[in-house]
Amino acid sequence: MAGTAVRGRLSWQTATVGPVTDETAKVRTLRLEVPDWPGHRAGQHVDIRLTADDGYQAERAYSIASAPGEPLAITVERLDDGEVSPYLTEDARTGDQLEVRGPIGGYFVWEEDSGGPLLLAAGGSGIVPLRAIVRERSRAGSSVPVRLLYSSRSWEDVIYSSEFGLPPGGVEVIYTLTRSQPRMWQGYARRVDNQMLAEVAWPASERPLAYVCGPTSFVESVAAGLVKLGYPAGRVKTERFGATGS
Amino acid sequence: MSPVSRGFRRKREAAPAGRVPPGQYVTKDFPVLSAGPTPHTPLSTWTFSIDGGREPMSWTWEEFRALPAETLTTDIHCVTRWSKLDTAWQGVSLDVLLGMVDYDARYVLAFSDGGYTTNLPVADLLGGKAWVAFDYEGAPLGAEHGGPARLLVPHLYFWKSAKWVRGLQLRDTDVPGFWENYGYNMYGDPWREQRYAGD
Amino acid sequence: MVDEETLDGNAIGGLLMEVFGTEMTTAVATCGSCGAARQVAELPVYMPGLGTVARCRSCQSVLMVFTQVHRVTCVDLMGLASLG
Repeated sequence: MAGTAVRGRLSWQTATVGPVTDETAKVRTLRLEVPDWPGHRAGQHVDIRLTADDGYQAERAYSIASAPGEPLAITVERLDDGEVSPYLTEDARTGDQLEVRGPIGGYFVWEEDSGGPLLLAAGGSGIVPLRAIVRERSRAGSSVPVRLLYSSRSWEDVIYSSEFGLPPGGVEVIYTLTRSQPRMWQGYARRVDNQMLAEVAWPASERPLAYVCGPTSFVESVAAGLVKLGYPAGRVKTERFGATGS
Repeated sequence: MSPVSRGFRRKREAAPAGRVPPGQYVTKDFPVLSAGPTPHTPLSTWTFSIDGGREPMSWTWEEFRALPAETLTTDIHCVTRWSKLDTAWQGVSLDVLLGMVDYDARYVLAFSDGGYTTNLPVADLLGGKAWVAFDYEGAPLGAEHGGPARLLVPHLYFWKSAKWVRGLQLRDTDVPGFWENYGYNMYGDPWREQRYAGD
Repeated sequence: MVDEETLDGNAIGGLLMEVFGTEMTTAVATCGSCGAARQVAELPVYMPGLGTVARCRSCQSVLMVFTQVHRVTCVDLMGLASLG
């Protein structure tokens, strides 16, 4: 299989929390320092394990927010009834320790050789691995055209808004804000549907490659919609985040 | 040895002393935990059957709902360590259902839409200990929690309370159901912490 | 109707690495019941806390089950015709 240059470590490694950045009221990016981090591919994730002082452990998977070659970072959304995300987004501070396993994943990955044009569709925190892909594209100096369709509840919930506010050349970001919109909003204001996909997605004749990530219902609906537009199922990659706040 | 993540604690709510079995914590949530997709069997085709007695017995939804039903409030205990107190249900007692069958089997394998199974001794279904429940907290049981009807056997770990139950197979021997096949305890008494085989 | 909690094989990439010793989400899983073949990453995956169940996307048959019993990982692949 192509692209096995980076092999994930099978075992858990200790990571130290580095600088943290609040992206939105509920979302935080944490840099993680892992000695001998083997590097990663855009789109991969890590498993994070926390241990309480009574020995209780909890594990969750989080997409890597940084591009290959950049320091390892994850972006975490706080789920109201979560157990791990409230800790990572509110309590964890620089210097705290947790465990990391990975990088993980060989399916939902992109590198320059994968080609395009790229149709990236993000629902809520599904933006995280897609942002890593966009950053990798810049880092690799690729000119593959990208359309990023990003569905979010409101402008306040948009993650990486300043980064996408000035997208790299060849990258077009289309937002849809599904619950509330700023005054004077001219963009889409509803859940992604087949009509929106027909307007936004690359025509199938351009042989695009699609990556769809977010809550399960978002992914199912968008993937089905792209297949209806003529995208071969094998050119639509999906990553379902289950039920999330989004 | 894993490093301790400073300040991390399990999400837990205090349990009244002696109220929950060992190793459990109390939650106000009702987690939706399933091993497969939620089935959506129309009531017009739904039946509950008991096989393996002298004659097979089966009830349509109308026939089932015409049977005498009880309301009950009980605690439930999941092997994943959450317990939920004072849950309110309405259901038909297995005393009523099994009372209409001529049998001498000692075990059942309960089976559900979607293929889920779980095994129990007949004795644990009798004596006011088990129901086929169709109502939760005063409303028809939602599909995500096992509706239109699920088995409810609150004195055992909740994986024995099969969601989307469609019937019982009466058996002379105890055979493992879905989770029991993969290492979970054949009986599952939360008060003796019988989570896994051999506990 | 979509069950919102359902994940896919991407979510068990770490578990599969631990069990098989290598990245497995691009491996092709062939259903022993209906013959449908799909990459593991695209299989519906259920994690109800008692264990992890990966099913066939076409016929919903159980393909793989993983449980942790007293720190021992149990793996059942009997629903698969092949994996690789």
